[in-house]
Amino acid sequence: MWRDARLIAAKDLRVEWVSRVLTTQVVPFGLLVLILFGFGISPDLQTFEPGEATSKVAVLEQVAPGLFWLAVLFSALLAIGRSFAIEAVDGNLDALRLAGLDPAGIFLGKAGAVLVELLLLEVVLGFGSFVLYGAPLDNAVLLVTVVVSATVGIASAGTLYAALAAGLRVRDTLVPLLLLPVLAPVLLGASLATEAALFGPASDGWPWLAALGAFAVLYLGAGILAFGSLLEDS
Amino acid sequence: MTTTGVKGSSEHHDAGNDRSAHTGTRGSRTLGIVTLVSVAVLLLFALVVSPPEATQGDAARLFYIHVPSAIVCLYLAFSITLVGSIMYLWKGTIGWDLIAGSAAEVGVLFLFFTLVTGMLWGKPTWGTYWQWDPRLTSTAVSFVLYLGYLAVRRLDMDPVLRSRRAAVLGIVSFANLIIVRYSVQWWRSLHQGPTLDPLDMQISGVMLFTWVFGVFTMLLVFSWLLLHRFRVAWLEHQLAEAGIDVAIRERRNEAGGDAALGGAI
Amino acid sequence: MPAVSDPVVLLSQAVSLLGRFPALAGADLRVDPGEVVLLQGPNGAGKSTLLRLCAGLAAVQSGTAEVMGFDVATRAGRRSVRRHVGLLGHGSALYDDLTVEQNVRFWTAANGGESAGVDAALERLGIGGRLRTVSVRNLSAGQRKRTAMAVMVCRRPRLWLLDEPHAGLDQAGRDLIDALVGQAVDQGATAIVASHELDRAAGLATRVVQVVGGHVA
Repeated sequence: MWRDARLIAAKDLRVEWVSRVLTTQVVPFGLLVLILFGFGISPDLQTFEPGEATSKVAVLEQVAPGLFWLAVLFSALLAIGRSFAIEAVDGNLDALRLAGLDPAGIFLGKAGAVLVELLLLEVVLGFGSFVLYGAPLDNAVLLVTVVVSATVGIASAGTLYAALAAGLRVRDTLVPLLLLPVLAPVLLGASLATEAALFGPASDGWPWLAALGAFAVLYLGAGILAFGSLLEDS
Repeated sequence: MTTTGVKGSSEHHDAGNDRSAHTGTRGSRTLGIVTLVSVAVLLLFALVVSPPEATQGDAARLFYIHVPSAIVCLYLAFSITLVGSIMYLWKGTIGWDLIAGSAAEVGVLFLFFTLVTGMLWGKPTWGTYWQWDPRLTSTAVSFVLYLGYLAVRRLDMDPVLRSRRAAVLGIVSFANLIIVRYSVQWWRSLHQGPTLDPLDMQISGVMLFTWVFGVFTMLLVFSWLLLHRFRVAWLEHQLAEAGIDVAIRERRNEAGGDAALGGAI
Repeated sequence: MPAVSDPVVLLSQAVSLLGRFPALAGADLRVDPGEVVLLQGPNGAGKSTLLRLCAGLAAVQSGTAEVMGFDVATRAGRRSVRRHVGLLGHGSALYDDLTVEQNVRFWTAANGGESAGVDAALERLGIGGRLRTVSVRNLSAGQRKRTAMAVMVCRRPRLWLLDEPHAGLDQAGRDLIDALVGQAVDQGATAIVASHELDRAAGLATRVVQVVGGHVA
């Protein structure tokens, strides 16, 4: 299983390296979303900081965690779609079935490649958020662990659901519909934990981190079990 | 195996409905009548007989249908979908797949109904239609979740494959249902001040009876809808399967007429 | 393991549905080890489905179907037979963004073949020189076919399933395909080839089979 996973992940990353779709299209898209949030939610809107009666902060800064994760989610839809678009070549899926690769390995390989791509995306979008929204940073360790565990969950669930729609012409409209309700709890937990990591107290964030970790483990398991069944064509 | 065989299965007990123009049988008509009576009685009790509730007034009357319908669809309908999906993947008989799909459809209907009655209850009680309270919010997410499941069931692809994928989805979606419910509950418990909740009310006596009767009625409505939806699905399946023998014969005869034209696609 | 004399493919009234359409409507076929069977017939007759069935990629709704001793009417049988066959289909199953060499190396590794054989296969198929480092996207149809064939050669299957292998190739390419099939058969493989090329038949095949209307005439 691990050998097959490494093979698939290396191949997916090599395709990305050569085609540069992520770096030239998906990352700019994510940045664009961050900027558009500023258009949609006026940067001039101010509100009182929670618990403070006197100091005001920009609404945009307060909601920065949620906006960051929304931008990540939308970009992830593109990255995950791309992961399966390269397999949509005529005969490719058949060849994967004939190759006798362990389906769990294929799942882990594809999810792993998506994970790497999303983490790189998040580094860029993270800097973008700090710059555009001006949020502080209270606990970096919490932030990093939250980002990693949430992304593992996104990559696993995304790969599982994209497999469900693989080979279908309606894949691009179906996957968002299926995936986003599933990732709603991840959005929730990641935003709250990120909020704790940025504004403090960090103790608010650790429980959500645990929940994100559980979600990630659950979907890794589900993918390993179900991918074989989804890959079958008959 | 994955299909019921080329000639179609005769194993389902209800397939014996000779007059296939409709899906009623004596049994289900009795059920239907009982259900209608039950609904009438429920409405009588809910709207007339039972008194207005202490804190929420007349709006609480919605409570008698909102909560029971929520319970029914969440805990029953999608459990049926879950079980049907598991059994379909295990045994391969198409009946399991059909019941899973039918239950999900009726379940989504009930979810919608829950959302609407919840909002109607919310307006007089909270002042707004929506308050992001845990139950209503997770119901909304669950609604979209299972709309996705229904969308997969309608995909234009090989029926056996579609059933298998829907079954996997049916299982995972149930897990998602639970995850959504718990995470939203946790979330709102952190931030929410005290808000009025349908389940907060003091009920006893006539009101308690009405509530329990509401659950009973909703179960009847659900059963009746499920039964008929399943029968329709079953008939659709039989119809599709019946065409196959004819198709095979036509296929084999392609050679005769079309050979001169270079073959059919 | 099946005995050497057992048929490689044995179909009896096999029905294979694509959705509700009977792509194969009661096909009978027997292929013995070492044979090269040529499938001929009009477009849409079911030749491709027949090949996919032999590859363990198509479901069988009724009738019996055994390939190399595996019952391909069962899911387990289909999964087991796959690593023993090689299928050259209409699509070339290559990653457009990767080069010829990267594609062949990837698929050879995925198929469990030896990377040592890749260079020789590339040479044999005439794509071992400058073409090695060309992206598949920039190849002609014939060159793509040669690349797919190189993957097949590295896979060394016991049953070669070729769907219109000659299409898109020039004369030299077609001769090469025939030579490769012949060589594989000499080394113990069996081959089933679907082709419209009537004049190729005589040189390549041991037997010609007509597929019409989803069955074998």
